[in-house]
Amino acid sequence: MTLLPIPTIEDRASGRHGAAPLRVATAGSVDDGKSTLIGRLLHDAKGVFEDQLAAVATASRRYGDGELNLALLTDGLRAEREQGITIDVAYRYFATPRRSFVIADTPGHAQYTRNMVTGASVSDVAIVLVDARHGVGPQTARHVAVAVLLGVGTIVVAVNKMDLVDWAEDRFDEIVTDVQALVDGAPGVRSVPILAVPVSALLGDNVVEPSTHTTWYEGPTLLAVLETIDGRDGDHVGGHLAVQWVIRPHRAEYHDYRGYAGTLAGGALAVGDAVDVLPSGGRSHITSIERAGEPVDRANAGQAVTVNLADDLDIGRGAVIVVAAAAAHRRAVTREVDADVCWMIDQPLYAGQRLTAKHLTTTTNVTIETILHRLDPETMVTAPATELVLNDLGRVRLRFADPVVAEPDDGGTDAGRLVLIDPATNQTAAAAMIRTIS
Amino acid sequence: MSAGTLEDEAITIIREVTAECERPVLLFSGGKDSAVLLHLAVKAFRPGRLPFPVLHVDTGHNFPEVYEYRNGLVDHYGVRLLVARVEDSIEQGRVVDDAGPRPSRNRLQSVTLLDAIAEHGFDAAFGGGRRDEDKARAKERILSLRDRDGRWNPRQQRPEPWNVLNARIRTGEHLRAFPLSNWTELDVWRYAAAEGLELPSIYYAHRRVVIARDGMLLAVGGPVVPEPGEVPIEATVRYRTVGDMSCTGAVRSNAATVADVLDEVAVARITERGATRADDGFSEAAMEDRKREGYF
Repeated sequence: MTLLPIPTIEDRASGRHGAAPLRVATAGSVDDGKSTLIGRLLHDAKGVFEDQLAAVATASRRYGDGELNLALLTDGLRAEREQGITIDVAYRYFATPRRSFVIADTPGHAQYTRNMVTGASVSDVAIVLVDARHGVGPQTARHVAVAVLLGVGTIVVAVNKMDLVDWAEDRFDEIVTDVQALVDGAPGVRSVPILAVPVSALLGDNVVEPSTHTTWYEGPTLLAVLETIDGRDGDHVGGHLAVQWVIRPHRAEYHDYRGYAGTLAGGALAVGDAVDVLPSGGRSHITSIERAGEPVDRANAGQAVTVNLADDLDIGRGAVIVVAAAAAHRRAVTREVDADVCWMIDQPLYAGQRLTAKHLTTTTNVTIETILHRLDPETMVTAPATELVLNDLGRVRLRFADPVVAEPDDGGTDAGRLVLIDPATNQTAAAAMIRTIS
Repeated sequence: MSAGTLEDEAITIIREVTAECERPVLLFSGGKDSAVLLHLAVKAFRPGRLPFPVLHVDTGHNFPEVYEYRNGLVDHYGVRLLVARVEDSIEQGRVVDDAGPRPSRNRLQSVTLLDAIAEHGFDAAFGGGRRDEDKARAKERILSLRDRDGRWNPRQQRPEPWNVLNARIRTGEHLRAFPLSNWTELDVWRYAAAEGLELPSIYYAHRRVVIARDGMLLAVGGPVVPEPGEVPIEATVRYRTVGDMSCTGAVRSNAATVADVLDEVAVARITERGATRADDGFSEAAMEDRKREGYF
């Protein structure tokens, strides 16, 4: 076994407590080399420990021809190793001197699209892997559609197995153009920026080390792209806090204490801010904010905080506290929305169906009023449909039993997103992205 | 995407699961991950009290320093401690003690844990598991469903879009929640350092009588009895993980302070479980197999 150079303290220690790590998910068809690419990235960026590499070497002898199979770094389940495929998302963590990363390696098989949704939904970047020999297939298109609908910030097209097409520039250009056409064709969502890199995951070309073969390519390696890319933006006016829990200490010194605990989405909240409480409609202002138990003057997006208000309002779990100036901006209290859905269970979705919705910290019943269309991910063409089946993408009109505080989803805050749950089985049936509010 | 820190993410998860479930519990082993988890849970509800108890599954083979640490921490935070003893499970005939020459109760813990969850009617159990620990853990959701027999089914995990947590279960099922899913060993130590958390003394360099077995250094005492040919030696060691004495190895180290440990962990070339856990070496999918039986 070859020994890896010892990373410096800065390599592994950098970044993680300052900037949030960049979240990256893979996407693309089965056998296009997603797990191998991630394995290569981790290996060449020194993100692999010796014992992990030794275990992969042992498993490579058992399951393969003895060549080091880097896909086994993330294909950790027994069934995955036996079948040589990825079934569920694996999360790996590594850092370079410039940035830290969380990488979600997702499955390519159509039947495991729901697991790909899990990985892609929390990612800043989707690496769309395409086999240079086969080009953009149906499953690549499906994953591109899912990534775009879920609001991933940037798509990086990694055209893989370039060694098998003689490092041909025109083939690379053709594939990038095809992916660009898919992204541009997605209906009703904001455009997603695209970057592209020609790679060989197996040989390592342009993954961490520049290739000597792609002389026509002057761009950065995949790692360099990931190190410099912008994360998702948070360009929101004001912020909101969906109340998760009300803290009532029941002790003499906290007799009147009512702390509204939740995690701030979008924008900021500051002591003194006037706030509206939705959907009930009360108004007050913030008297104090605590973060992890310590008082702060101000809270920013993503921070788990507890706020106290000047007035004694009826606020429980599910209430949304919104900066008053922002309340009218985008958010609306509504019972009806149109949303794109990724359907993830075996039983079909149909008009009239009753489901359970979890939106922010509210759980309520929801009815599928109508199916507005089904999206063909290969062509990005929409067509009428009477049902959506497992792994289908489509747009539906939802009617909630209780009003919700919604906003259109543009990859920004959590108010534009919800999950639908099958009440009969408790399975998570759909990821839904709100497009328009009635 | 939220720009919060790992601390924010963990507190968000702890609050959400607590709100969604009727009877949560926090699993506490005395190790650094569960210590960080308990610290975060206390913070999540401050100035209120922790709205759930803490459960320690005691194999009877834990390090003496860990019991001492556990009792001190429970007093410090003022939390309610429940203890489920593997020895009780053995007495009740629920499990059979390992009578082998190298007895381990690591696997037996799963039965004791599941019995305790059933006895108390817990519907969610917080654990300190991290995805960077092991390749099977790397696959697990933040909120992980256990069936009526306490089993994890890795092929039927619920999708978890945007980390929106679906905590709905049927009677008899329960959830495991992992707020530290996205933390690494280094993150845990950096957080412990930043927060000034006290951890069990065995995480820091000390002199100890050990034997070399299966490529690790095991403390002599309790379940570990030197076999012919195994020569006890005194060495300066520390523990990178704290588990059952029978299967948790020490590493040679002079790291006596949090700062020393941080320097050591930052350049470590072997994972913490690879360096210290004999139980993961039994087979290629040892952790997956144990989790299918209800393990942490």
